[in-house]
Amino acid sequence: MDKTIEELHELLTNNFVTSKELVEEALKKSYEVNKKYNAFVTILDEAKETPVSENLLSGIPFGIKDNYSTKDILSTGSSNTLKNYVPFFNATAVEKLLNVGAIPVNKTVLDEFGMGGTGTTGHTGVVKNPWDSTRMTAGSSAGSACAVAAGVYPYALGSDTGDSIRKPAAYCGIVGYKPTYGMVSRFGLFPFASSLDTCGVLTRSVKDAAIVIDNMKGLDKLDMTSWDSSHIHLYQSIDGKVENKKLCYIKELCSIENYENPTEELKMHLENFKEKIKLCEKLGMKVEEISIDQKLLDALPSVYVAISCAEATSNMSNLTGIIFGPRGEGKNVTEMMMDHRTKGFSPLIKRRFVIGSYILQKENQERYLKNAQRVRRLLVDTWKNLFKTYDAIILPVGSGPAKHLDASKDLLTKDTKVLEEHLQIGNFGGFPSITIPDGFINDLPVALNITGNCYDDENVLNIAYALESAMPYKNQIAKEISHE
Amino acid sequence: MSKYKAVIGLEMHCEFKSNSKVFSSAKNSYNEIPNDNIAGVDMAFPGTLPVVNEKCIKDALMMSIVLHCKQPEFMYFDRKNYYYPDLPKGYQITQMTEPVGRDGYVEMECNGEKKKVFIHDIHLEEDAASLDHYYDTSCIDYNRAGVPLVELVTEPCLHTAEEAVTFLETMRSIYKYCDVSEADTKKGQIRCDVNISIMDENAIEFGTRVEVKNVNSFGGVRDAINYEIKRQSELKDAGRYHEVEQETRRWDEEAGKTIRMRSKVDAIDYKYFVDPNLPKFKIAASWLEEIKQEIPLLALERKEKYISEYGLSEYDAGVIVKEREYAEYFEECLKVGIDAKTACNWLTTQILGQINEKEITLKEFYLTPNLLKQIIDEIKKGTISSKQAKEVFYKSIEEKKEPKTFISNDMTQISDQVVLEEIITTILNENKNQVQEYKNGKDNLFDYFVGQVMKNTRGKANPVLTKEILKEKLES
Repeated sequence: MDKTIEELHELLTNNFVTSKELVEEALKKSYEVNKKYNAFVTILDEAKETPVSENLLSGIPFGIKDNYSTKDILSTGSSNTLKNYVPFFNATAVEKLLNVGAIPVNKTVLDEFGMGGTGTTGHTGVVKNPWDSTRMTAGSSAGSACAVAAGVYPYALGSDTGDSIRKPAAYCGIVGYKPTYGMVSRFGLFPFASSLDTCGVLTRSVKDAAIVIDNMKGLDKLDMTSWDSSHIHLYQSIDGKVENKKLCYIKELCSIENYENPTEELKMHLENFKEKIKLCEKLGMKVEEISIDQKLLDALPSVYVAISCAEATSNMSNLTGIIFGPRGEGKNVTEMMMDHRTKGFSPLIKRRFVIGSYILQKENQERYLKNAQRVRRLLVDTWKNLFKTYDAIILPVGSGPAKHLDASKDLLTKDTKVLEEHLQIGNFGGFPSITIPDGFINDLPVALNITGNCYDDENVLNIAYALESAMPYKNQIAKEISHE
Repeated sequence: MSKYKAVIGLEMHCEFKSNSKVFSSAKNSYNEIPNDNIAGVDMAFPGTLPVVNEKCIKDALMMSIVLHCKQPEFMYFDRKNYYYPDLPKGYQITQMTEPVGRDGYVEMECNGEKKKVFIHDIHLEEDAASLDHYYDTSCIDYNRAGVPLVELVTEPCLHTAEEAVTFLETMRSIYKYCDVSEADTKKGQIRCDVNISIMDENAIEFGTRVEVKNVNSFGGVRDAINYEIKRQSELKDAGRYHEVEQETRRWDEEAGKTIRMRSKVDAIDYKYFVDPNLPKFKIAASWLEEIKQEIPLLALERKEKYISEYGLSEYDAGVIVKEREYAEYFEECLKVGIDAKTACNWLTTQILGQINEKEITLKEFYLTPNLLKQIIDEIKKGTISSKQAKEVFYKSIEEKKEPKTFISNDMTQISDQVVLEEIITTILNENKNQVQEYKNGKDNLFDYFVGQVMKNTRGKANPVLTKEILKEKLES
């Protein structure tokens, strides 16, 4: 299971391995990984092999983030509010994969309903990083990132509202791809913030990401925000030809001079990024440094909080324990709902609900929600303007390798907030965005991100593929560092 | 009557017709079995998404046009957020930012006078589930959750209960004429909120507004308004007008009074915002034009036409336009060649009498205009009398057989010259004495001979022809 999808398909069609053996191996690995890193809510012991067809995904196991609705399979969103919820329908994306013979073998842990970036707030406990179990995987697609990095299977489904696929992919040394908004149907994905939520995938190679999304995408009459992408063929369009492509990076985020008291890790991370810029140039691409108003950049995290919390508080109003989820106790229906929600949600989520409700209040909407939407528009317009000149924007992900689960162990640099959170722009604009590993700091993986204009997924993947091919991190499996 | 002037505004909710619900694929139809017409999204299962029903938007736009409203450039939907067990998502999808229509008016006829009622806005939303409360439990039926609901908000421009009810009746007629709703209060398809205040006759500023929620019948609207006018007037007369509070009350049908629910100060903040699951889309001018073409002639327009073009009385025209199917039946009669007055007489007396008695609709009524024409033609030809025509009419609908089956057999008059001559010759031969007397000048015996012919033919002899032949024979 440490191979790419293409390799596994080759082995299956030549009968060097059977689908049954792959399922058995994936299940065995699932138990090992769960024991060590706590990556799964459910392991599907009943998983059965499927016939191998021409489809590259047939007969191959994969993992599903537990905020995808899966028919007859527990789907919790990693929340106590749904700890006993077994849906009667499949998410469209899952249904499409099942139809081509892909085999789900587990449901992966996330930060409760995708609201969180640490992998520590799921109702089944903390997910650990397979490179270093004292560190976090980041989130919210924590279990998916952990399992793919640990070699349980070649891919797992994720969802991305701020950076929930792309950040954990970076911390776990793998590929995380968030397609253009609406390319994959959201039907059956438990909502966090509907205008930002995107289905995507975590893999160990760019081509694998292309193969999986090719099979997940498509117009869905059950999701009005989905669009027809039948003219887009991600896998077929990857040719590695990137000569004369124009990239840019943002000076304010990438210059070490911009940070007060930078840590060694940050210095190494940005240094490594600069080297990768040179690599791009070596591949024939043109890379330019551009500058963006620091004020606009600084507004980014608050805009995200305002919009995502406002939408989340409304989206999760259906979680009352009346129709599904454990019934609350109380003398009347209001008390029952309150009891269910008080017991069910973690403190982090409750905090976000309070923020969201506050922002949505009539007297606060203009100041907070409307202003956040205006700044969102400004940021998106700025980025769209860049895409008139550049094929894509290339930036480092985060301020270094995975953070410690024990926060006191992390030395922090001031002013890295925007560097940590800039991937959210991809969600503001619905842009296709992919994270790939670009090096190591103290034996821990770090990553860069490539983001392009809406509907330009083929181009974004192709640039990522060219870079990936020029670096030695393709299809890497986590090697746990020792603390002895 | 109160000496004060009442100011009344209405919010009228009406469930619309469609195959599936407004944002879900579940069936939209009245269903006695609870929780039978439901899809995942109606119960807000995690991950389900609303998908808007184009037909519902079209119907709502049609109403917007009929009410002379301005249509927005883009279609938006908003979420109205609040917790209640009948609202599974925790929010209702409605229109706040850009309702489907704004600033319109509708003409109505109240006490023979025309009046314009101004429309603040009309918008499309989804209905909530229905709750049944029992002694220690409550049951939720999600059949109604997601049923298309159109809310109409008038300006505060009505002044009496009668005006308010006339407005509601006018709107019900429009909805039914346009075939967008059954508009049946008995099925709970129309529900109203009423805003009422009173003021001195010549005052400029409105009084304190009281809202009465969930009035579910037109009679209820009338009674609630009258009750509130009386209540507020009495307080004002007693110098206690300050006790009229800006508040929400509900109408207790059984007690016949309004009861305080909450003060407006405690009004709920619904935290409206645009629903990101339903992307805004442009309303094409060509689409609006298409919809405009589909709007039928409405009751008031038809009434005027019937009076001026067909010479019907105000009263008769009023009866015929009461329901679209009456008007259509009437117009179909004209099309098959029945003249307007005859069609009107048959429709307003025999036919409406029948369908009211049998409690059926005109669509279910056996005798179509084409079949009715068979009877009317025979009267014209003189083959049957109007008394016989009525008999044919009842027999035909009783046995569900074409009128001509009853006319061609034993109902038809004997109009055959040869047959009649034979009968008359026989009778004259059998009454030679009377013939002689007649010829001698006893003129009144003529009626005796006619009577004999009728007796002989059991009344079927064509009276005109009979007289002609008799005269000819007796005078020869």
